[in-house]
Amino acid sequence: MIDLEFIINTVSLGSLYALLSLGLVFVYGILKLVNFAYGEYIMVAGYAMHVIGQNRGIPWYVTMAVAVLFAAVVSYGTELVAFRPVRTKSLTAMLVTSFAVSVFLQNVVLITISPRARAVPLPAFFSQTLTLGTATIPVRNLVIIGTTIVLLIGLTFVMKRTVLGIAMRAAADKFTTTRLMGVPANLVISATFIISGLLAGVVAIFWVGRSASVDPLIGAAPLLIAFIATVMGGMHSQIGAVIGGFVYGLLFNILSIMLPATMISYRDAFMFVIVILFLLFRPEGIWRGGYTEERVG
Amino acid sequence: MLKVQDLYASYGAITALHGVSLEIAEGEIVALLGVNGAGKSTTLKSITGVLRPVKGSITFLGEEIANRSPESTVKKGISLVPEGRDIFGSLTVEENLRLGAYANYERARYKTDLEEMFQLFPILKERFHQAGGLLSGGEQQMLAIARALMSRPKLLMLDEPSLGLSPAMTDQIFDLISGLHQRGTTILLVEQNAERALEIVDRAYLLATGSLEFSGTPDELKRKVDIASVYLGGDDNDHCEVHL
Ligand SMILES: Nc1ncnc2c1ncn2[C@@H]1O[C@H](COP(=O)(O)OP(=O)(O)O)[C@@H](O)[C@H]1O
Ligand SMILES: [Mg+2]
Repeated sequence: MIDLEFIINTVSLGSLYALLSLGLVFVYGILKLVNFAYGEYIMVAGYAMHVIGQNRGIPWYVTMAVAVLFAAVVSYGTELVAFRPVRTKSLTAMLVTSFAVSVFLQNVVLITISPRARAVPLPAFFSQTLTLGTATIPVRNLVIIGTTIVLLIGLTFVMKRTVLGIAMRAAADKFTTTRLMGVPANLVISATFIISGLLAGVVAIFWVGRSASVDPLIGAAPLLIAFIATVMGGMHSQIGAVIGGFVYGLLFNILSIMLPATMISYRDAFMFVIVILFLLFRPEGIWRGGYTEERVG
Repeated sequence: MLKVQDLYASYGAITALHGVSLEIAEGEIVALLGVNGAGKSTTLKSITGVLRPVKGSITFLGEEIANRSPESTVKKGISLVPEGRDIFGSLTVEENLRLGAYANYERARYKTDLEEMFQLFPILKERFHQAGGLLSGGEQQMLAIARALMSRPKLLMLDEPSLGLSPAMTDQIFDLISGLHQRGTTILLVEQNAERALEIVDRAYLLATGSLEFSGTPDELKRKVDIASVYLGGDDNDHCEVHL
């Protein structure tokens, strides 16, 4: 059962979830806010692909690049318009704001496009498979793994080698002290939302790629997965989020092959049980340490 | 250089400062003393812009800076070594220093500034690639001071730099502060360790429950105030006796 096919598919699923969780944790690290609108950044990227895809003349990579950028722009926009004005208020105010942003974005597409699912055209290789020995592997899964490797290396570089990255790490630890160094609060927070949006956009390509369609509520499931994965991996560091994503992918695939066919539909319930166990016995997640709890003041 | 006039500051309903006024001239080293809870840190927070004053004015080099953001005051040349050091524990010494230079970064002089810090604090060169959190208390204090100096401040403010340090390390830090002053840095030193601070400062202010109790030279202060009550905190934490 644990063959090459299983390994590649699990690594691929874990990669996708790692990117997903990372996007959520970037914002959490700085604002200590679980951004409930995060799933909607994925949704808007999906709709961007739908809209641009109507025009057959535009190559798929342009469509995808624009969709990813669009998610980043929407994420940045929500920071400017919705989160910034309430930033120094209570954490509850921030949470309520993120719910509001989430509902607002859903309704925008519901009204302007349609409440029903819309098709997203994808390049042919998204539905092709590759045969390696006895294993049949979707090309898409290999692309996910490759994309994740490139993104993780790129993000590591940004966080470790650029001044903005160093400032973002410092701000996640001690926000006020970082400002005392002369680092503008707005710069750090905007950068976080933009990176979070970029990650959501990349995830959207592959998430939407499964069903080749997008609907207004498509963001709910990935938000939940990102949340569960970060609880398991550790909310307080980016490494924790990546670990959480991979662990989620692994557990999910193990459950898929272990559970009898009649219980497959309860897979999610099993994942919730695992999360509850984590919250009870290791609330800080697999990867301890990382940031403190200081909030933006 | 710095002039604080009739400063009021509060945390919600609690008023922590009731009309504090103080002044520092260029090249001076001035102490701000007082027991725990007197309002020393609150004064520094108001000057740096971390806390918005309720009332009063703060001018630096002739410019009003009350209600400025922390990031803009450091660019103007006021650098703070925060209480409890507040170094970035998960960042390396190198990264801590790089952020220290953020406010007034100039590529050309960054390397020479670093070399200067290594001369002042040789230990930081040894620990350059280590996480700040792994340093000892004294080393962290040195890092916090070096980080503040990396912005080339015109005014350096230190909030209880000797707190929690061994006597030997305290001596070293005070020597260092004294040395920085001799090199021409203007310094506002907040201390509970009044006795040690008075040895190295030109003038001192004494705060008690959010208002100034005294200001003058160390000699005048020693003559008029029971230093032990300031240093030890006395029985009631918000009062110190003044013998006039
Ligand atoms: N974050 C805060 N919230 C509420 N009250 C505070 C806060 N920080 C300080 N205070 C209060 O303000 C007063 C002055 O505190 P502080 O300036 O920290 O004193 P010092 O630095 O002289 O020890 C104290 O009574 C303290 O309890
Ligand atoms: Mg204090």
